[in-house]
Amino acid sequence: MKEQLKFIQGNEVCVEGALYSGLGFFAGYPITPSSEILEYLSRRLPEAGGSFVQMEDEIASICAIIGASLTGKKSMTATSGPGFSLMQEALGFAVMAEIPCVVADVQRFGPSTGLPTQGSQQDVYQARWGRHGDHSIIVLTASNHQDLFYITVEAFNFSETYRSPVILLLDEGVAHLREKVIIPKQGEIPVIERLRTSVPEGVDYHPYLPREDGRLPMSDFGGSHRYNVTGLFHDMWGFPSTDPKIVHGLLHHLVDKIESNVNQIARFKEYFLDDADFVIVSYGSSARTALHVVHSMRRKGEKWGLLELQTLWPFPCSLVREKCEEADFVFVVEINMGQVVHEVKRCVDYPEKVYLVNRVDGEFITPTDIKNITRVILGRGV
Amino acid sequence: MDISIKDYIRKRFFPHLWCPGCGHGTVLNNLLRAVAELGIPKNQIVMVSGIGCSSRISGYVDFHSLHTLHGRALAFATGVKMSQPHLNIIVPMGDGDALAIGGNHFIHACRRNIDLTAIVMNNRIYGMTGGQFSPLSGKGILATTAPFRNLDPAFDTVNLAISAGATFVARTTTYHFKEIKEYIKKAITHKGFSVVEILSQCPTSFGRKNKLASPVEMLKFFKDTTALLGSKRLEQGPDLIPRGIFVDKEVPEYTEEYQKLIKRVQKNT
Repeated sequence: MKEQLKFIQGNEVCVEGALYSGLGFFAGYPITPSSEILEYLSRRLPEAGGSFVQMEDEIASICAIIGASLTGKKSMTATSGPGFSLMQEALGFAVMAEIPCVVADVQRFGPSTGLPTQGSQQDVYQARWGRHGDHSIIVLTASNHQDLFYITVEAFNFSETYRSPVILLLDEGVAHLREKVIIPKQGEIPVIERLRTSVPEGVDYHPYLPREDGRLPMSDFGGSHRYNVTGLFHDMWGFPSTDPKIVHGLLHHLVDKIESNVNQIARFKEYFLDDADFVIVSYGSSARTALHVVHSMRRKGEKWGLLELQTLWPFPCSLVREKCEEADFVFVVEINMGQVVHEVKRCVDYPEKVYLVNRVDGEFITPTDIKNITRVILGRGV
Repeated sequence: MDISIKDYIRKRFFPHLWCPGCGHGTVLNNLLRAVAELGIPKNQIVMVSGIGCSSRISGYVDFHSLHTLHGRALAFATGVKMSQPHLNIIVPMGDGDALAIGGNHFIHACRRNIDLTAIVMNNRIYGMTGGQFSPLSGKGILATTAPFRNLDPAFDTVNLAISAGATFVARTTTYHFKEIKEYIKKAITHKGFSVVEILSQCPTSFGRKNKLASPVEMLKFFKDTTALLGSKRLEQGPDLIPRGIFVDKEVPEYTEEYQKLIKRVQKNT
């Protein structure tokens, strides 16, 4: 396919990224503000030879994509806050059974039914800690359509590389915004395919025995290796086990395979950080607002910079620490009561220089909001 | 037919965790005989189960096996079938698994008429968690959560499946084991969503509380309280639970229809 220039909605960009990655199966349930992903894919996926199914609820949707992934298809679902809450148990299953899949959560304003048509960034912690039990997970986000395209492809790539569910944490602002995006021609950016086992038929295949590099080659359901997949603690054949050594080893594997690759998984952008006295840390739609403020302050001669996070989890601690090291003030701009700000405080050497700059009335944070709040923090008055 | 069941089980997984006298082994045995008699290659079968005593059946068999979440087996199975329509998907579930927590998925799988074989192993109790009543226990039984006798009326699995649109619906018991094999064979061969309800004994959790403490008593109970469709016994005993094949009809199957849709839209693009 040739390079294409499009002027489309963020949700549609997500669809383009998924198709570029070779999406083979999508299951979903309507919910604002993510429904367009479901709608676009109901048309585009069968055209591409894949399968689309609208399920009876969000629980069924995520279960179906896990089942489909086991047959070798790249699989995805999309939802928003309330549906994302329903998906948590099955996401935990995908973590435990190490099934690659992608879940887009287009954040709306909560809690509960909240403000269904208005955006937020309130699911950062739900994305990380929504499941019971210790584990790790990958959560990505983006602030504009071109980045969203790349980060969607990255989500599929990470899910295959780390055999883990990956959450695309979008927000309504980006999802419903229309702007330009260039869909690169096929092959221009890397797409990682499923790593399949080379163990021949008739030879004992160990689906849960990591290779030396930590990766676990898979075998498709319907293929020549029949094995067990379970949410119970399991041995290298996938058989349930309560052996303390096996339990300890598996739990550490599930966490370490992601946490020990923080630097490989960290995606971010930086603007004017080299000499910044004031560093803004932001992500998603609020990073757009923050960038506007940085430009405007620079025009006034003040040294402001922006660290835009695209990988939210595993949290890129050393990166944040390094980028904030020289700053006098660190402002974390987000549309919630303070989520990423706690992580930033945890990572920097002087947490007292880190301040939350937020807005939580259902409206998007504006440049004026950021300017007013930071003026107060800096003792400059409103 | 001489069948070596050993060819179809994973010896590594044994001994199984079912209590002595449990009916689920009878289901496993006849399920494997059904598969063997149909001659389906083991690589062509995916067993998808949920959580509970019944769901452990998927680990014991040498097929592709997916042991999932409580109540969600049919949803996982839908994803497997939609992606690889040529595979045979068998979904063994317990009564609570299929019809309490999994009730929504059950009725929607019936409605879609997707080609899955649902086996409801109905022992009228939550066995694994210690004997709480299920939506198939019925009024008047004793359970650890119904110490003063159960007030909850029961679902009729067969009627529910028929109303929701299942295109093959059968019921039998572990006493009538030849019917198990026969019905499962027909259910697997059937193109569309098929439901086989098998009344299975749980002497440990259901029987002991309800004056049916021995497996033999429970099997006798199945013999005495059920009758074949079309039999004189059923005609004369309106309170008996009917056994047999209630529905077996041809209706367009979901994944076949979807494959047709893909062909159609690809021709137009």
